[in-house]
Amino acid sequence: MKVLYFAWLRQEIGAAEETVSPPVDVATASELIDWLIAQSPQHAAAFAKRETVRIAIDQAFAEPTDSIAGAAEVAFFPPVTGG
Amino acid sequence: MSVRVQEEPFDLGAEVDRMTAGRRDVGAVASFVGIAREDNPDEGAEPVIAMTLEHYPGMTERQLAEVEAEARRRWPLLDSLIVHRYGRFEPGDPIVLVATLSSHRQAAFDACAFLMDFLKTRAPFWKQEETASGTRWVAARAADDAAADRWTNEDGG
Repeated sequence: MKVLYFAWLRQEIGAAEETVSPPVDVATASELIDWLIAQSPQHAAAFAKRETVRIAIDQAFAEPTDSIAGAAEVAFFPPVTGG
Repeated sequence: MSVRVQEEPFDLGAEVDRMTAGRRDVGAVASFVGIAREDNPDEGAEPVIAMTLEHYPGMTERQLAEVEAEARRRWPLLDSLIVHRYGRFEPGDPIVLVATLSSHRQAAFDACAFLMDFLKTRAPFWKQEETASGTRWVAARAADDAAADRWTNEDGG
């Protein structure tokens, strides 16, 4: 599964994307965040304020409780500020 | 109807000319251009020297197309266009263009405002501002959420 980071999450983690293989019991976006936090201090810092982090699964907005089963791409980013 | 995400500048006049060329049914064109500005609304903040917009290629185009499709469901539009730029901008540089064509003005005006309000809260772009003391990511504004919400409250949807 590809995980993408944007804006300050990208800066905290030090990478725009990474390929991860979490265990099968990591079933939701929220559980994926839990698992990523355990991977490095950078991940832990990026998700320190996880309630502000927005999620997209396969390029569609998603909720923390949404399943990531079969997802090719999960993205994490701050609230959007375009326009 | 179309959506473009690009680094290069756009030309409002040329876009409108292209959209209206050869048509006899267009009675109204409404357009909006969003421009990078120097003012910083936060109290005591320094003037913005420049800003950089990054986006999520792929999802951005999908979200903009979805917002445009929603406008077409709500108003009788003859055509519409969204052009959103990314990259580094200085105050005065145009960032986003929205244009709507309809037979009558009200649909064109309303759809144009709707497109801007919705894209601000739904298109995955992020602004980073440069000031004399460094860079910072712009925080999302509650006013933008409220502006988008008024379109859902009005019709109960």
